[in-house]
Amino acid sequence: MGEHPQISKTGENLTRDEIAANFDDLHPPLNLAQVRVQSSRCLFCHDAPCVTACPTSIDIPKFIRQIATENVTGAARTILSANIMGGTCARACPTEILCEQKCVLNVGEDEPIEIGALQRHAVDHFMAEGRAHPFVRAAATGKKIAILGAGPAGLACAHALAILGHDVEIFEARKKPGGLNEYGLAAYKMANDFAAQETAFILEIGGITIHYEKALGRDVTLGDLRAQFDAVFIGHGLGHSNQLGIDGEDQDGVLDALEFIAQLRQTDDKSKIKIGQNIIVIGGGNTAIDAAVQAKRLGANHVALVYRRGASQMGATDWEQDLARINGVAVHLWAKPLRLNGEGQVQSVTFETTRLENGKLVGTGNTHEAQADMVLKAVGQFLDDDALGGLQTERGKILVDQYGQTSLPGTFAGGDCIASGEDLTVQAVEDGKVAAAGIHAFLGGK
Amino acid sequence: MADLGCAIAGIESINPFWLASAPPTDKQYNVERAFKAGWGGVVWKTLGLNPPVINVTSRYGVHKDTARGILGINNIELISDRALEVNLREIEQVRKNYPDRIVIGSMMAPVEEELWKELAIKIANAGVHGIELNLGCPHGMCERGMGSAIGQVPQMVEDTTRWVREVVDIPVFTKLTPNTTDILLPAEAAMAGGAHAVSLINTVNSIIGIDLDAMAPNPLLDGKGTHGGYCGSAVKPIALHMVAEIARNPATKDLDISAIGGITTWRDAAEFIALGAEALQVCTAAMLYGFRIIEDLNDGLSDFMDEKGYRSIEDFCGLAVANTVNWNDLNMNYDLKASIDKDTCIECGRCHIACEDTSHQAILMEANAAGGRDFTVVDAECVGCNLCQHVCPVPECITMNPVENNLPHLTWPEHPKNTLQTTE
Repeated sequence: MGEHPQISKTGENLTRDEIAANFDDLHPPLNLAQVRVQSSRCLFCHDAPCVTACPTSIDIPKFIRQIATENVTGAARTILSANIMGGTCARACPTEILCEQKCVLNVGEDEPIEIGALQRHAVDHFMAEGRAHPFVRAAATGKKIAILGAGPAGLACAHALAILGHDVEIFEARKKPGGLNEYGLAAYKMANDFAAQETAFILEIGGITIHYEKALGRDVTLGDLRAQFDAVFIGHGLGHSNQLGIDGEDQDGVLDALEFIAQLRQTDDKSKIKIGQNIIVIGGGNTAIDAAVQAKRLGANHVALVYRRGASQMGATDWEQDLARINGVAVHLWAKPLRLNGEGQVQSVTFETTRLENGKLVGTGNTHEAQADMVLKAVGQFLDDDALGGLQTERGKILVDQYGQTSLPGTFAGGDCIASGEDLTVQAVEDGKVAAAGIHAFLGGK
Repeated sequence: MADLGCAIAGIESINPFWLASAPPTDKQYNVERAFKAGWGGVVWKTLGLNPPVINVTSRYGVHKDTARGILGINNIELISDRALEVNLREIEQVRKNYPDRIVIGSMMAPVEEELWKELAIKIANAGVHGIELNLGCPHGMCERGMGSAIGQVPQMVEDTTRWVREVVDIPVFTKLTPNTTDILLPAEAAMAGGAHAVSLINTVNSIIGIDLDAMAPNPLLDGKGTHGGYCGSAVKPIALHMVAEIARNPATKDLDISAIGGITTWRDAAEFIALGAEALQVCTAAMLYGFRIIEDLNDGLSDFMDEKGYRSIEDFCGLAVANTVNWNDLNMNYDLKASIDKDTCIECGRCHIACEDTSHQAILMEANAAGGRDFTVVDAECVGCNLCQHVCPVPECITMNPVENNLPHLTWPEHPKNTLQTTE
């Protein structure tokens, strides 16, 4: 579809086809000519900065060279051996602040190589060819590891452990695997049910069983898992959305942005989704952008994204902010919500303008009211540590050492629930990899 | 504006750019399109005796770089597959329609004096400005005893040249094959036979690639392939060398040269002229981009000449010949060191790894305060080989600078360490 959305041509609501087009690939795959141009641009840098910038350290110059020599299968192996979710990362990574930001051609030619798009080309090619799984399992160790959460961290950890010969059981709170890849990323980044395809690919390694609708604290306990398994990996994310903590939050029309996105992702015919015509998204991260842009692409007339600080403090990258503007999202900075007004159904939001005073955010006392029939809250998530009894946490995240081990021996953690880096799929994959190596060592492996 | 007019073998052309004998000059239609576009002349596609040959499909294979650039074409097409009379009638027509443009007739025949003479007379009578002897085609025709089968035997080169000289009163160009160990042998033979000029190089014998599914050479014909003639920018260095050898050889230095071999840009053209070529022939570049490339060939060459103050082709023809010397004549005391401009360096590390892995470990890579890397040449280890400069993707980032060592000019024959005192 591209970065520019379909907009109504008649003044009427968007048609079903227009909405479907709006949720097709944001960035369609490169065609072969583009692949040739992009891959031949790569300088094959020595000790390449793009590799250093990748949380999973994919050997980017090597895989691009493999694409250029038409060894596309080899390119996919190079990618997947460093990052089993190379397919999702190729689609969802904010490459503009990772590999592509460090590409030396930013300086040399004012334009980086499209690394993400090339990575997608290689992985998609591999998966489309339906080749045998590119990894084989070591001899069975007889060890069993429990993993909490079938998201990026859990699946990456499980896959790495399975390769090492261990057996893995994953306990997943939801009905489907994939975590935020399945429920949390914008639909146009993960077109054609890619998260499910990728999970199926990962599970081809064997030795991984997933138990669905098994949540920590509700259906399983950490104590039981630690007793029944040789090691435990916690990769269930943060799981709980922050509330605004202001009056009127419990009215109809006030939704958690992540739940809105999850609903979008799980609905095949997106024209059936009920959408307001006057939507306010509160927050400044990528989830806020994803929610706002998708609301616009569903056909909402007015979508405003309101953030209490300035553009440079936003968690969303510049590219994401631009995407919001291209899609017709009005971005309002320096305003915080005071209350949600309405009588059971939200009708407006009262904002107070803000400013920085000695580095601290303060209200100015100036308020204004903005009409809204739908409010999407995207002000972050938090970790509910009630079920983690005994595990040390710090600033709302599970504390781990360099091997991903928590304060409890044999219990490891990774992904959004630890503070390893940005809350990104690619970081979660790396955390899973690191913890798998840690668990293997803990179990006496070499 | 510089005068692009040139003279070769007594023939004056409005510019030095002729289309070589090949598919682009196969018939009146193409040739007239070329003249409309601005080409100075053509060498008509090689004519043979009747009945005409029959060509096959496919005919071309290409060698590409990893982007989309074609470095060279390999062809297995034979000479003109149209009746001799049709070609001659079209030549007459073209001569009438474009009286200011040059038409050279290319020919080949089996090594029989009467056949050569008979064909040469017919072609000359069509009104061509000169005749070129195709003694170079390295595929197909050579299996019939023609083309490179003649060009590889100096005596046959001399004989065929002489036979044609004896029956026509127009200039004779002998076209040489590069598929030989020493280009001077056929060049001297052509001279002995009375050639007014030599044209070189013809295509280089080659297999362009193997189709790994069919397990046969490209271009693929019903599961089989054959060797063909390689041309295009990839062969330019080979052609430059052979032209230079003829231009600096005392016995052949006065022979006019119509240079052929990968000429794609005005710069290529100027290089061949600098090595002594009086005129030029182009084929592959036109096949890849169309006749319109003549515009920049003319314009770029003219600009270059203006910039350098050359008023005519003759002004700079052969100026690089005296500077093309044997290795033994090089100054061993000349010393260069690489220097990397940190301001324009994009920190790709290509220079470092090229030097570290394959040369003299003379480029250091060190982390800098900005979180990047600094690349620095270690003068004591740098042998001035230029490899770093060649692999650097940034124009003018790496420069090679002469060291002022105040040492005298010293060649290997004069060198004190030359214990053999080799003088040649």
